[in-house]
Amino acid sequence: MSVGIVLLCHTALDRAAQVARHWAERNCPVVIHVDIRVTKPAYQRLFDALSDLGNVQFSARHACEWGTWGIVAATQDACALMLSTFREVRHVFLASGSCLPLRPVEEMVAYLDQRPRTDFIESVTTEDVGWTIGGLDFERFTLRFPFSWRKQRWFFDRYVKLQRRVGFRRKIPTGTVPHMGSQWWCLTRQTLSAILESPDRPEIDRYFRKVWIPDESYFQTLVRQVSTNVESRSLTLSKFDFQGKPHIFYDDHLQLLRRSDCFVARKIWPHADLLYDAFLTRAGQGQAAAEPNPGKINRLFTKAVERRTKGRAGLIMQSRYPNENWENGRTLAPYSVFQGFSDIFENFEPWLGKVAGTRAHGHLFAPDKVHFAGEEDEYNGALPNSSALRNYNPRSFLTNLIWNTRGERQCFQFGPGDDQTICWFMACDPNAQISVITGAWAVPLFKSNANFGDIRRQAALLQKIELEHLSILRSPYAKARVQIWPLADFVENPMAPLQSVIDEISPRAMHRLTEAPRLTDLTGFGQFLQNLRNQGMQPVLMGDFPADFGAPTSTGRRGRPYLVK
Amino acid sequence: MSLISRYKLRLARKRWLIRAFRKRHELRPVVLRTGQIAPSDMLIFTTMRNERVRLPFFLKYYRDLGVNHFLIVDNDSDDGSREYLAEQDDVSLWTTKHSYKRSRFGVDWLNWLQRKYADGHWTLVVDPDEFFVYPFCDTRPLRALTDWLDASSIKSFSAMLLDMYPKGPFDVMPYHEGQNPFEIVQYFDSGNYSFIRNSKFGNLWIQGGPRARMFFANNPERAPALNKIPLVKWSRKYAYVSSTHMLLPRGLNQVFDVWGGEKASGCLLHAKFLDTFAAKAEEEMRRHQHYANSHEYRAYREALAVEPDLWCKFSEKYINWRQLEILGLMSKGNWA
Repeated sequence: MSVGIVLLCHTALDRAAQVARHWAERNCPVVIHVDIRVTKPAYQRLFDALSDLGNVQFSARHACEWGTWGIVAATQDACALMLSTFREVRHVFLASGSCLPLRPVEEMVAYLDQRPRTDFIESVTTEDVGWTIGGLDFERFTLRFPFSWRKQRWFFDRYVKLQRRVGFRRKIPTGTVPHMGSQWWCLTRQTLSAILESPDRPEIDRYFRKVWIPDESYFQTLVRQVSTNVESRSLTLSKFDFQGKPHIFYDDHLQLLRRSDCFVARKIWPHADLLYDAFLTRAGQGQAAAEPNPGKINRLFTKAVERRTKGRAGLIMQSRYPNENWENGRTLAPYSVFQGFSDIFENFEPWLGKVAGTRAHGHLFAPDKVHFAGEEDEYNGALPNSSALRNYNPRSFLTNLIWNTRGERQCFQFGPGDDQTICWFMACDPNAQISVITGAWAVPLFKSNANFGDIRRQAALLQKIELEHLSILRSPYAKARVQIWPLADFVENPMAPLQSVIDEISPRAMHRLTEAPRLTDLTGFGQFLQNLRNQGMQPVLMGDFPADFGAPTSTGRRGRPYLVK
Repeated sequence: MSLISRYKLRLARKRWLIRAFRKRHELRPVVLRTGQIAPSDMLIFTTMRNERVRLPFFLKYYRDLGVNHFLIVDNDSDDGSREYLAEQDDVSLWTTKHSYKRSRFGVDWLNWLQRKYADGHWTLVVDPDEFFVYPFCDTRPLRALTDWLDASSIKSFSAMLLDMYPKGPFDVMPYHEGQNPFEIVQYFDSGNYSFIRNSKFGNLWIQGGPRARMFFANNPERAPALNKIPLVKWSRKYAYVSSTHMLLPRGLNQVFDVWGGEKASGCLLHAKFLDTFAAKAEEEMRRHQHYANSHEYRAYREALAVEPDLWCKFSEKYINWRQLEILGLMSKGNWA
């Protein structure tokens, strides 16, 4: 017994000829259908190239526009010719001109010989397929489609809409349960002849003529009525991308294809000389009884589709520039923003770097320059420390920094003295962990040696900026994890907030903080705030500092590291 | 986008095409082999001036990718470039003594040649120091990419300009004719690019890299644009607006995905910073033929006075396209 190959061709006829010869020389009769739109000389060349082979036939030509009845009609005619001409054929294998046999023909014949009554055809009910393009699944069978999807898309879409609105439904022939599946199948003589010679065929054909993409449903539906043993999978390895067009195989897929153990792959790039050479002229022996195993190839293509539809989170690049809130992650990884900490702790950055196991930056958004960890001139990705370049596009600056330092958590200082344009971006970024000690900006002012009039003006300005930032952080749109402590509460008991912040940065550390950063000396700070009030400026962000807070009479413990037992 | 602004863009496109038509007399053919161009051929369009030493490698690089024909405008070279190109079998050559600046830096000339010869062809518009890198370029010829783009109904393909530079001053290693320039300029900046969307033309405006870092750190908006759309399935109705940064109709500029996914894209490796650069900058300053009053070259000349080193310890050494893909500078999209 042998296997008959039906080849549907419309382009790259030289490759089709090569493949047809390969099958035919190994005792598999071939029937070729050539699209009627192929020019006469090209058809004649194909015909001449195969004229020396006795078991190659050409069937009546139809126009095979994608998604139309022509492909089914071509398949029917070619199969009928196959069954009538080659009596020894038991299985008929439907392939296209751009298919390539990956395993020796004998192995496939042997495989089918062991399964003489099995029909290999993917056949799934419409409810269960997830791959239809354009949202037409069951409606393929109940609407009319007189317009070409490729050339008359506007009319196609409008006509579908119109039919939906008026509630038009075609009647499905009785006894027919619509199924769909891959166009490429392998059916037994019994099944195929039962379909082709059915007394109801004129009626069935009339119905399917107006079905959308009948090549994916005609045989898939009818096989359920006549076959005794349907194996619902295709022997042809064929993957589709998110637009519903087949993935193409190139020379560099050689090893993947070899190891897939599939019998036939679609679709091969016509100029993939290495593949054609490897599988046709130097066809070796595979593992004789191996089942097809396309897992690796499936994964490769699934990943490709995912990259096209979801992309890499946090990456902005020339071909990925998501609309706001479509980013699937504004930034790549979590990062921590500290506001006020370096104002009240004298060695906060080195301390943070040590306990969090990372390099802590200074004020990245400072007006004079970008203060990278270690005051570097450039950072990962050759990110420069120029404040002008950063201010030109602060968003790109931050996403770049997080992207460039993949695998290492970023921590940096922020404050009302910094450039504020980035505030909304960070507040709406779920990756941001923003910890704020409100009013801490007053401590450097308190320590400064400036005239009090300037200090007062500066304090009023910073307070206004910080209030604005806080209102952003508290807005209902904010998605960052935000913690806010007034300065007075924080200095009362700094360890608990510090512990909670550090726990979030390195949740697996599990140990209690043993060393706190050095709190700066706040002696006289309460009086300083009172002085601001006396000058007519109301500091509201520091919380409740009594006017004698930090006066020399207090315990005298200030300025020493906290020790936790 | 309102009907009126769409119509304005249409008028702008027509205007560029008319301008290209008027400028056609400035081009004097030297050797025309355009009769050889077959309907499915891939074409390269370029303008150049005094690039003799670069040309052999340039031609070889693109021939190896599978480009079939080069259409080149020579802007009054005097170093033998013209004679060299005239001898090549797959080059059609025009020459002009007219102003580069007044042809909008060659765009008008090339728009005309493309309108005349490129209709229906995949065309690549690159300078002699730009080398196109695309996904799988080490295993698949350019034709594989264009076939895939055709099958996916994609008409334009983005390739960001990636400035390559040596370690140390530019003139430490002299460039020899025929040499791969990336043996000398091996380094690039991997992650300091700024992306802004241009709502009028719908393209992305990309700036950054070593030039922004070294020459425009205090003047970022003047840093050169790096967004390029060099590979287009050309139609005689299309027109480049400004270099290859953007085209009309504006749909061709939509080379990026806005729903979070990645479209396929490549890079143009830019071998500008060879030892030839100082002389070039000097000459261009004298000729005043470059963009926006040659401010770019002015910035270079000032910086060149102190022998700049673009290299820093975070510079990335070029390996292959896969490295650029992993770094997020280009993408395979759904091509696998």
